[in-house]
Amino acid sequence: MSDDRIRHLLGIADLNLATAERILDHAQAFLGVSRRPVRKVPTLRGKTIINVFFEASTRTRTSFELAGKRLSADVVNIGGSSSSTSKGETLRDTVNTLDAMHADVIVIRHAASGAPHYVARYARAGVVNAGDGMHEHPTQALLDAFTIRQHKGNDFRGMKVAICGDITHSRVARSNALLLRMLGADVALAGPRTLLPTAVESLGCRVYDRIEPALDGADVVMMLRIQRERLGAPLLPTLREYSRVFGLNSARLRLAQPGALVMHPGPMNRGVEIAEDVADGQQSVILNQVEAGVAVRMAVLYLAASEPGAPTDG
Amino acid sequence: MAGELVERHAGARDLVIVAVRRGGIVIASELVRWLRELEQYEPPLGSVDVTFYRDDASTAKPNPRIGPSDVPCSLDGRHVLLVDDVLHTGRTVRAAIDALMDYGRPRLVELAVLVDRKGRQLPIQADYFLKAEAIADEDRIDVFADATGITAVVQSKSAASIPPGSVTPH
Repeated sequence: MSDDRIRHLLGIADLNLATAERILDHAQAFLGVSRRPVRKVPTLRGKTIINVFFEASTRTRTSFELAGKRLSADVVNIGGSSSSTSKGETLRDTVNTLDAMHADVIVIRHAASGAPHYVARYARAGVVNAGDGMHEHPTQALLDAFTIRQHKGNDFRGMKVAICGDITHSRVARSNALLLRMLGADVALAGPRTLLPTAVESLGCRVYDRIEPALDGADVVMMLRIQRERLGAPLLPTLREYSRVFGLNSARLRLAQPGALVMHPGPMNRGVEIAEDVADGQQSVILNQVEAGVAVRMAVLYLAASEPGAPTDG
Repeated sequence: MAGELVERHAGARDLVIVAVRRGGIVIASELVRWLRELEQYEPPLGSVDVTFYRDDASTAKPNPRIGPSDVPCSLDGRHVLLVDDVLHTGRTVRAAIDALMDYGRPRLVELAVLVDRKGRQLPIQADYFLKAEAIADEDRIDVFADATGITAVVQSKSAASIPPGSVTPH
């Protein structure tokens, strides 16, 4: 039996297929915990998880917090503006401080790509990347894959997934493309040419500068949020134009397979990248993604906080 | 074993059988089958995975195979029969009792096992068992289920320990 402990989860790029599938399998068991009347198991009793969010986030931070609490760990949240970083402390000193407090796992979100890797180099604690700059958001990709498994089964081979929107700035797109390709899916990326990264072909996906060919025959459609801070020349002239050319409406959705899943990592801009009736429609699994998020993060924290030790016995 | 259960709880109809994953499942299913034949009574059957409740959960290697726990009804006020294949240290049963409590407050919890191999590390005993025999710590008991029933075989590592034997619940 191989050791399935993951000391850090920094990115999908560092994950192998067996570990990714192990996380998804475990998440299935943890989903059951969230659906019981008593939504707590004593697994990580006495462990400390510190969420350090240098970048604002409600959804992801709450999801990690609930995941830790449902495992009985002690969870502490540190926000960017309230942290010592705003007083001039370096990231390295913050890490040393958290280590001295005997944190078992540090969950970090940072605007700088690679910040979690830097932290992992110095921390004694396990490090989980909750989103770093334009780089990766591995737990989002895992929860998306888990949601797809729930609806379409465990075999991703031959499955067509379209990811549409601002591909350049999206860590969600990047982590998803890496994970879905690893699981064997056929991934199409679509976005305005100004929002497709250079060397995008290296992700091993089909790439389009229109949404229609990506939607054609898709089993899953993932819409990305248009980040308003990217607006304006030269990248994206107006929201209305973006919505008209790249928004997912019910007419466009008919290009995909009947029963194709509609996904969105949230928060949604209704009427911009996704039409109201599609977001609330039969094919939308957007709220299932939120539920899956807690289960997947419980699985990740369980694997990151467990210590290697004697094999279990009766 | 089913006969004894019926004898002790004649007429009671609040039984819920909960198997400890994964070893308890075949035995629990057999028990349900016997109760159906003997008593024309089929109690609800559930299962719990105790991985999350183990006392070494955060220090042991992560369990590579965690199954879903599935308890079909609230356990409030019910008579729960916990079923496992082998009773050894008692730690798994302790964890299973903890798990049960998260599904309600049973009126009574009893334990049925195929083999009690002794070697307890906690004050826990089986209410029903088919065979009780001290078996060396380093030996392993394998439980098989096939068309002829359930068989437990001792896989002995040390020559000095008792010879391999088997029990069959019929």
